[in-house]
Amino acid sequence: MSATPTELPKWADVAVIPLINVAAAFVISGLVVTAIGEDPFNAVKLLIGGALGDLEGIGFTLYYATSFIFTGLAVAICFQAGLFNIGVDGQAYVAGLGAALVALHLGFLPGVLLAPACIVGAALFGAAFAAIPGYLQAKRDSHLVITTIMFNYIAAAMMGYLLVDVLRKQGQMNPETPGFPPGATMPQIKDLVAYLGWQWPDTPLNLSFVLALLCAYLMWLLIWRTRLGYEIRAVGANHVAAIYGGISPARITMITVLMSGALAGGLAVNVLLGEEHRLILQYTADFGFVGIAVALMGRGHPAGIVLAAILFGILYQGGAELAFDQPKITRDMIVLIQGLVVLFAGALEHMFRRPLALLLTRFQPPVPDAPAAERA
Amino acid sequence: MEAFDAFIVIFASGIRLAVPLIFACLAGLWSERSGIVDVGLEGKLLTGAFAAAAAATFTGSAWLGLCSGVTVTVLMSLIHGYASIDQRANQIVSGVAVNMVADGATALIGNAWWGQGGRTPQLPDSALFNSIQLPGAYTLHDTPIIGPIYERLISGHDLITYLAFLLAPATYWVLYKTRFGLRLRAVGENPAAVDTAGISVRGLRYGGVLICGVLVGFGGTYLSIAQAAYFQPHMSAGKGFIALAALVFAKWRPLPALATCLLFGFLDALSIRLQGTILPVIGSVPVQAIQALPYILTVILLAGFIGKAIPPKASGIPYVKER
Repeated sequence: MSATPTELPKWADVAVIPLINVAAAFVISGLVVTAIGEDPFNAVKLLIGGALGDLEGIGFTLYYATSFIFTGLAVAICFQAGLFNIGVDGQAYVAGLGAALVALHLGFLPGVLLAPACIVGAALFGAAFAAIPGYLQAKRDSHLVITTIMFNYIAAAMMGYLLVDVLRKQGQMNPETPGFPPGATMPQIKDLVAYLGWQWPDTPLNLSFVLALLCAYLMWLLIWRTRLGYEIRAVGANHVAAIYGGISPARITMITVLMSGALAGGLAVNVLLGEEHRLILQYTADFGFVGIAVALMGRGHPAGIVLAAILFGILYQGGAELAFDQPKITRDMIVLIQGLVVLFAGALEHMFRRPLALLLTRFQPPVPDAPAAERA
Repeated sequence: MEAFDAFIVIFASGIRLAVPLIFACLAGLWSERSGIVDVGLEGKLLTGAFAAAAAATFTGSAWLGLCSGVTVTVLMSLIHGYASIDQRANQIVSGVAVNMVADGATALIGNAWWGQGGRTPQLPDSALFNSIQLPGAYTLHDTPIIGPIYERLISGHDLITYLAFLLAPATYWVLYKTRFGLRLRAVGENPAAVDTAGISVRGLRYGGVLICGVLVGFGGTYLSIAQAAYFQPHMSAGKGFIALAALVFAKWRPLPALATCLLFGFLDALSIRLQGTILPVIGSVPVQAIQALPYILTVILLAGFIGKAIPPKASGIPYVKER
């Protein structure tokens, strides 16, 4: 049994272990690329070049990263309370309905008000769809993991029905809503920097990126600088102790899951208000599940999540370019890498701790009071 | 008579759709009864289907396909087992990883090997598990009621289907009537007690995970080389999660699990059948409503409005031997 959490210096814990875990995921992915007869180093070169080689690549990378920051934060805030929300994808999907309904029915509002109203609509619908599993977890003790899995499929069925039979534009084949009015869109970064006289290529990168960074900062503030955040962490760390401390886990569970659903709505803001300007079938493209990988890789910390989201943005944008150049390496490669990241950074996160701890003690003088520590 | 015929058709297709659910559901039952939560059933079904179709494509043998399917799902199960039992990982995280790896790897490798967007070539009948005519099916052909029921519902399925139906009583027997079954259930409820009795918690849990891998391998094999004659990416299409729902709905008991899987398979067949038809009185039923029904029913059950679904007490909790 090698899983006893071994003591490591803080720098090793924060930086080295996550790096080793992610490296393991990439080494295995590299072996898979070799096995299907391609050169992994060339693949990495093409991937990085496609994602960061020019401003256009960077724009797309950050656009994807924006989506992953939102879904990553949505998963991570639940982690803080010891909850696992697998339903971010379904919540984001339904949040898209909220954004679309506001955009299509409150179109008379001036642009300054309409876009924020759409954002609120997305957040409210996302939160509302998370509310039922949240309530069932808080009050009826049903396992959030199972109910949110079920709700992903309920969302898919419900949205499929609405888009095919109810919301679809007259005489239109594709299951999608009519286009949003011009006011119901997020300003493009391209247009914003044009005011400053700078040139930025035509990419879907929009103001949602700034909103995502703001959400990350606010989440950090909430979790580590407010009373509510303390209560969330207390419930996550030990909910029996939290009850003893006068905290109601049911209340905290409900609040956390609602915030998680609202954050999932950020995906709708970035993709629908920022790029598509209409609601389309299965628009989430499983990005809600990428959030799980991002949250685990970022270790539930907003700063880590922003970094992990940018890495996944690089993978998604670079992966698209790579698939174009080398048709054998399809975008499924990215899903595989994502799975391996979840495996090594999540499930097997302690696997490399003991080897590393042993390695480190070799370079350190023996600690004199080691037996005392063992007695305790 | 027409209604009866339609009923036979829907029910027969329901049985076929239920088979992968039965395997995946009972697989999950073995794992979760031993204390290891498995949300990776979906991914394992998919890898099983891929490995079976790949081996059947290369060797032309359905049996080697089955062996390959089962071997690969057992390996996937052992990864999940290693993470959950030895590394004391979060079992949900590990299951999610299994699903993602399966989803990405099968499509990627399938595409690299055969092109065609990850789809295997169509397999010939000789590389598939074909339907078997039970004795007497032809003689009873003209008997009303019993004839069609015997000929089209009971006879005419493939070997794996019959195995699926035997599996539930077999699981029941092993779980409730043997020493191994008693210990396995105990380790899912109270591992410390099992440990105190000098029985290896780790060994029993690996046992549960191993059986889970074998069973889900049969389900995956069925998908690609019995129900269909090819593998294509994402072909498990959420069946692993429906099986998970069925497991909860059946409250982790083998015979109700069989019944629930049949019900969910029947609902699936019904939703396919009702696509675009207009029923008298009710009007047109949105197919999506029927498709969502298994999930909605399970949530209602989980909410405790109709009975209460209580999982094995120690499931999902890594066992730490006292020091």
